[in-house]
Amino acid sequence: MAFDTATATAWIIRCADEVRAAEARLTALDAAIGDGDHGANLARGLAAAVSSLTDKAPDTPGGVLVAAGRGLVAKTGGASGPLYGSGLRKAGKALGDETDADAAQLGEALHAMQTGIQELGGAAEGDKTMIDALAPAVAAFREAAPDGLAQAARAAAEAAEAGVAATVPLQARKGRASYLGERSIGHEDPGAASTAIILRALAEVTA
Amino acid sequence: MKKLINSPDSVITDALRGMAAAHPSLNVDVENRVIARADGPRQGKVGLVSGGGSGHEPLHGGYVGYGMLDAAAPGEVYTSPVPDQILAATKAANGGAGVVHIVKNYTGDVLNFRMAAELAEDDDIEVSSVVLNDDAAVEDSTFTAGRRGTGATVVAEKIAGAAAEEGADLATVARVATEVNERSRSFGIALHAGTVPAAGKPGFELGENEVELGVGIHGEPGRERGQMAPVRDLVAYALEAIHADMPVSGDVLVLLNGQGGTPLIELYGAFAEAAAWIEGHGARIVRNLVGNYITSLDQAGFSVTVTSLTDELVRLWDAPVQTPALRWGR
Repeated sequence: MAFDTATATAWIIRCADEVRAAEARLTALDAAIGDGDHGANLARGLAAAVSSLTDKAPDTPGGVLVAAGRGLVAKTGGASGPLYGSGLRKAGKALGDETDADAAQLGEALHAMQTGIQELGGAAEGDKTMIDALAPAVAAFREAAPDGLAQAARAAAEAAEAGVAATVPLQARKGRASYLGERSIGHEDPGAASTAIILRALAEVTA
Repeated sequence: MKKLINSPDSVITDALRGMAAAHPSLNVDVENRVIARADGPRQGKVGLVSGGGSGHEPLHGGYVGYGMLDAAAPGEVYTSPVPDQILAATKAANGGAGVVHIVKNYTGDVLNFRMAAELAEDDDIEVSSVVLNDDAAVEDSTFTAGRRGTGATVVAEKIAGAAAEEGADLATVARVATEVNERSRSFGIALHAGTVPAAGKPGFELGENEVELGVGIHGEPGRERGQMAPVRDLVAYALEAIHADMPVSGDVLVLLNGQGGTPLIELYGAFAEAAAWIEGHGARIVRNLVGNYITSLDQAGFSVTVTSLTDELVRLWDAPVQTPALRWGR
């Protein structure tokens, strides 16, 4: 299968549904080491991303991701809006006018997303942020890309989930959790958790 | 949760409607969430814009008016505003001489203001951003997101607003705001966490005899828990943390700030201890503010901000100001 306009749209809608379902869990994770608004913010931002797709009806998968990214930036607030929103826009731009992206092309787009988020947020792997889920997921996706889209997306989701678990013993160096110093140790990072949800959604719509 | 609200979803809209009804001097765009001076923008004057999550009232909307902010962009509770909103505030403040953004150093605020500044530049509005990071509780290192912007924001908005009002250019307005930031340190202590309306329960739990030392303005837990103690000891702890980072000496301004859930009678008690401590260390409080100026919803506790003054800063502090929350000399 290819990553086409319908699949890209389904991905964003699935993200919105899954984040809404996980809103309370994300909020609880954020309350422990941040300020407790991640679930509500991301649910609101993704709802805006979905409605911007309905309004604009983009006709390429890249166009879908760019429009969704704009919707996220416009409505989310906090740090996650600009980070996810800019990331999705970068991914969408990397896909260009392609109508049926293959796994290798989507892998490059996801890598552009990761690079964009890191440039904006300044986080590296090990800082206890969304990058701890995204970076291993993107690497796993690209490695498994020759096996096809479904395999690559499943590998990415699994790597992201492993990355989330690996944030528990880390001390945060970016974002609000970093103010806690050593007290941030022992908690799962909420940004990494939402990244894993987004990649699991990709695996589900490409399965 | 018992709150004086219609519903958690309508808190900000209802508060903005109230500000519009109470203050004809403000132009409140309830739908797009921008609070601007009804008489602005003034051509040739540098605009001053701030914004951030809601829940810190009177910051920032209560500081819009003569001699202070031209416009403010309130986000969701404890969540930064979005770029479009900040851009709208920037346009409302733009008198053609450039606009200064006063930004508190939180990842979300910094990112959204940066995106808004880029959008404003696309519209040929020159933007200069000043990021406040006065919180002595957070170590400023590569291991954190940097120090948080807290109480000095109020001082910076007053002083930069006065400079803009008297006709200073963009670089000068940004410079005095930067100077306030560099010459200020703050430290907060919470006795009881505030409750975000949408969350319904306090941001963290403190035992009967516990306090949160170095708490931020979003109910984010502080660096460590301490034991409840007389106000004299709590104020001394805060001032010693400040003093260790920036020696308290010479003429200073002290903001003894309530976090929203502490009565003024206790804040005055705290100010008495702060005044005694500072005098005991050979410094002199020549200007002060005591009250709720940068709050954390209904959080109980206080923060103390010390700004080391210069003649220029005193003059700008004393300049007339007329806003819902701060007014003198006019």
